[in-house]
Amino acid sequence: MADPNRTVVVTDGSNDASAVSGAAAGVQSSPKGEKGAGTDPSKMDQQTLAAVLQFLKNNKLRDAEAALRREAKLPDGNGDSGGSSRVATSGEVSLVLSAYESEGDLARYCEYYNSLSSFIESSLDAHKHELGCLLYPVFIHMYLQLVYNRHEKEAHKFFNRFSVEQEDWHQEDLRTLSTVKTREQMEGNDLMDTFRSSKFVLRMSRDSYQSLRRYLKQNEHRELLSILQDHLFIDVFDGVPRNREQVQATSGAMMGEARRDANKVKVLYGLPKEPDINVPLDDDDEGVEGEDKPKKKKQKKDLLLNKNKKADPNAPPPSRIPLPELKDADKLEKVLSWKEGLKRVPLGRENLPSICFYTLANAYQNVSAVGVSEDSSLLAAGFEDSNVRVWSLSPQRLRTMRNASELDQLDKEADDIVERMMDEKTAADSWLLHGHTGPVYSTSFSPDREQLLTSSEDGTVRLWSLHTYSNLVVYKGHNYPVWDVQFSPTGYYFVSGGHDRVARLWGTDQFQPIRMFVGHYSDVTCIQYHPNSNYVATGSSDRTVRLWDVLNGNCVRVMTGHKAAVHTLAWSPDGRYLASAGVDKNVLLWDIAYGRLLAEMKGHTDPIYSLCFSREGSILASGGIDNTVKIWDVQKVFEEIAGSDDLTSLDRASLVEVGSLLLGSFQTKATPVLKLHFSHRNLLLGCGRYQHS
Amino acid sequence: MSDRVLPDVTAESIKVIAESAGIGQLPDEAAAALAEDATYRLKQITQEAVKFMHHGKRRKLSTADFDNALKLKNVEPLYGFHAEEHIPFRFASGGGRELHFYEEKEVELGDIINAPLPRIPLDVNLKAHWLAIEGVQPSIPENPPPVPKEDQHAADRPPGVTAKPSGKDGTKPAGKPGKAEVKGLPSEVAGVKLKPVLTHELSVEQQLYYREITEACVGSCESRRAEALQSLATDPGLHQMIPRFSTFVCEGVRVNVVQSNLALLIYLMRMVKALMDNTTLHLEKYLHEVIPAVATCILSKQLCQRPDVDNHWALRDFAARLMGNMCRNFSSNINNIQSRMTKTYTKILHDEQSHLATRYGALAGLAEMGHDVVKSLLIPKLKEEGEKVKMLMEGPVHNSVDKTAAEHIRALLLKHCAPVLAKIRPGPDNQEQYKTDFGHLGPLLCAHVVKARQQQQQQQLQATTTTAAAASVVQRPTLQIPQVRVLA
Repeated sequence: MADPNRTVVVTDGSNDASAVSGAAAGVQSSPKGEKGAGTDPSKMDQQTLAAVLQFLKNNKLRDAEAALRREAKLPDGNGDSGGSSRVATSGEVSLVLSAYESEGDLARYCEYYNSLSSFIESSLDAHKHELGCLLYPVFIHMYLQLVYNRHEKEAHKFFNRFSVEQEDWHQEDLRTLSTVKTREQMEGNDLMDTFRSSKFVLRMSRDSYQSLRRYLKQNEHRELLSILQDHLFIDVFDGVPRNREQVQATSGAMMGEARRDANKVKVLYGLPKEPDINVPLDDDDEGVEGEDKPKKKKQKKDLLLNKNKKADPNAPPPSRIPLPELKDADKLEKVLSWKEGLKRVPLGRENLPSICFYTLANAYQNVSAVGVSEDSSLLAAGFEDSNVRVWSLSPQRLRTMRNASELDQLDKEADDIVERMMDEKTAADSWLLHGHTGPVYSTSFSPDREQLLTSSEDGTVRLWSLHTYSNLVVYKGHNYPVWDVQFSPTGYYFVSGGHDRVARLWGTDQFQPIRMFVGHYSDVTCIQYHPNSNYVATGSSDRTVRLWDVLNGNCVRVMTGHKAAVHTLAWSPDGRYLASAGVDKNVLLWDIAYGRLLAEMKGHTDPIYSLCFSREGSILASGGIDNTVKIWDVQKVFEEIAGSDDLTSLDRASLVEVGSLLLGSFQTKATPVLKLHFSHRNLLLGCGRYQHS
Repeated sequence: MSDRVLPDVTAESIKVIAESAGIGQLPDEAAAALAEDATYRLKQITQEAVKFMHHGKRRKLSTADFDNALKLKNVEPLYGFHAEEHIPFRFASGGGRELHFYEEKEVELGDIINAPLPRIPLDVNLKAHWLAIEGVQPSIPENPPPVPKEDQHAADRPPGVTAKPSGKDGTKPAGKPGKAEVKGLPSEVAGVKLKPVLTHELSVEQQLYYREITEACVGSCESRRAEALQSLATDPGLHQMIPRFSTFVCEGVRVNVVQSNLALLIYLMRMVKALMDNTTLHLEKYLHEVIPAVATCILSKQLCQRPDVDNHWALRDFAARLMGNMCRNFSSNINNIQSRMTKTYTKILHDEQSHLATRYGALAGLAEMGHDVVKSLLIPKLKEEGEKVKMLMEGPVHNSVDKTAAEHIRALLLKHCAPVLAKIRPGPDNQEQYKTDFGHLGPLLCAHVVKARQQQQQQQLQATTTTAAAASVVQRPTLQIPQVRVLA
């Protein structure tokens, strides 16, 4: 994505997801030989244009199509809509699918597959598991070739015979695959598009690779060889072959593992130096309170000094990303949160957190999203009937601002001007926000608690003012459901991601995205902004977690290991570790420095929808629709790897022994845990909707 | 797997659908092609719908998910009113054809317009509670019971499996709820596993609770008692205290039977009832204390100071009902509670010397054991008991105590035997016939049976009308746009 403008054009023009991924793959100059790499840009554009026109035509958007034709100075296609477009379509399709054209003896595919699998079975134990990864992609591509070449019966037989041998976590994709039974159905199937346009990535040691090559030389299965060449990417590394656990830990993603070079870029995961804040107001505050306060104040000063002195070598330079200026109110906010932080309860193995659980009762519509503000004073719930409701969790009730004429009469120099701007008469416990036209899938408060973002099935992201409780901006761009939206920790920026497989970075004052993060093979299901605002982590239903650099839009980490869609992410407070969880009921812990898997935490019995690190990062809380909150001892993992931190060359995931990471499990009566949040004082807040049996 | 997991739409279904859409003769090839495509589209859309379910954070796929998936695929979603729950297929066959269809009732628009508006639903509200306090889950109604009912079975469970934090370092205040301390023996000595000795220490709060509840239950204030019993019947966190409560009941009955304190005995039985009503408790392990206490209240010779005036019969009835419930709930092949109790009762009935009040209790106990027991044990005894009652009532010795006892026995037998007889005995009811079959009680019984029959008929009638009424209430009128929904 060197040129963001172009991406915008491409993606905005062609809303069709398949077109996006196809085009994106082309632009990325992926190693897809037939189409992308060798062709010159002008031809590329022609292809893209053709695809866009085709899409418009298919969706009967005639005016748009005519306009685009005029712009591109192409002959009007209306005259011969029957003939030429048919030709064009079939040309397009055949181009796209020609990878599966094969003259080989298709009937012998069963034989080939059997031979390969028996070779793997009989190979040395050391290589067996690495080579075993070959079977799944080979199986898929053989099946697709059979289908494409109209051997439906053989394809069916082939599928039934070997699909049961595949690993459990592939069964979901296999189900999708099994519905594709004819050549015609291969077009327009998202999974199919992914398989044909991208290579399946495998990693194996040199030794394993050698033994594979020997096998291929001995048995001259030309078809097998061509599949390996065309559709697989084998990333060979030097070292000891991985064992079964290691292979399994990182497999599971839709398109295989991450390439080794995908995680080589240095990530500046450190936190930047806190800016110097001198707020005189703070001292006054402390002075009033009494005798024993000075001691505390000193402590706090120390803390401030410490923070200032420590310059994290991994921190990005402060000017790397232009961030909004800190306003006085923001500085005050920071001081207050530090003060709160002083009263923090240290958590750990010996001290488990207290959990305050908020239950939404009488919600006749399902609650699909819950968000809590950073300082734990506000809670927003998104409902499936497209409403959003904001509650106050503090004694402070929610008020709107006075109207303009009243505001005019206020003395603007008054000290308590902020208080006076609010209309006391409007105080309420909760406010209802109407505007979306579909289920609301996520809510996110701005750090200053003046704005709220929501995303919905209707394809929009909406920005709401919490002063007037009205809709300020509708961000359109995702034309498909937007699954998640999140404010950056500094405000102004936010990221959204949805069914169109793209994560977009926005500024609140712009209605066009600033960056587009393209690369996921399936829906972007969840997003977390890095604490230093320089990176964005996304989880996807292609079962990978990716990390994107906000500066240049590059994907800097790809992490594979989940066996089903990822639905929630959480950053450790120091910005180095990332936790992810989802439908596969496991919580995975990643080290962003090297992009490696640290630990796997099993225990939930239903999909997990919320994760949260405690404020000092020693404990991880997870919650899901199995109605339980589980507390994990991640400090133990961090300590364990601290000893072996110099293993930068550690390529393989060396899982920390996770025998007893689970510290506690707390069940609610009948309330799924949709949101977990640690307050500044390390009180854990949970929220969900009570479900009548 | 495609065969097992994913059913296909068959060509026959397509033909049926085509027929209902007005296309008479669909060629076989067309139907087959359509069926295949329909299957593919359906599966594709279902897979998309699952995504919406996951993002809706639910376990159950809803029709709205399906609509959203249709929208996603640029297919016009179904418009109109939605049914919240699934509508079951009805099945019909005839003329060699089999059909599955939705039953669509015609709804009178006028009815909907004139129907009273449904109640406005309550507003959504947010309620906070403590799910855990420093890693310990407090036993409050908002939280699930500390130990699930199934786990209360396992007596040898390791201490404090649920939510067990450190605990051993002594920094915790002792005796937090939900925790049983290990005392005494080390759990493993030279490879021999010993069961740790469990002592259930009650926390201060629990001790207070116990005192409050027991005082309220046997105290004089009826409203407090009602509250206490309510608490016993509904609170989820009581399992730690059942041993104390069962001992309390057992001891209480022992003392008060001796003192013939009828009121207290009644209070204690009400406590047992409340404990049994509590769905989160498992009383099975404490039956050895509870059953003798209850049995005493059924069978004891004397339960009150003045047997001629006080209504100890009600207590016997109540206790007998409790016993019946216990048998139903806890009787198993191993403990055989039901058969053991039945034996006890029948032994008393066979014993000619047994006290009349005890006899009454045994009869009441048997009567509460259910229809089968009444049929096999009580009805054959009717004649014999009838003679006894007759002798007492019309006999030469006029003893008011015996006479009331006889009256009660007669009422009891009539009350419980008549409904059973009404079921098992074919009509018509003949006074003479009854007299020969059941002796002294015959004529009265006959009248009761006739009454019982009438009642049963009425009940049946009522049941049908009420279900009809209920159905009409439950089925909120909904409008549905007619659509072809036939699948063969």
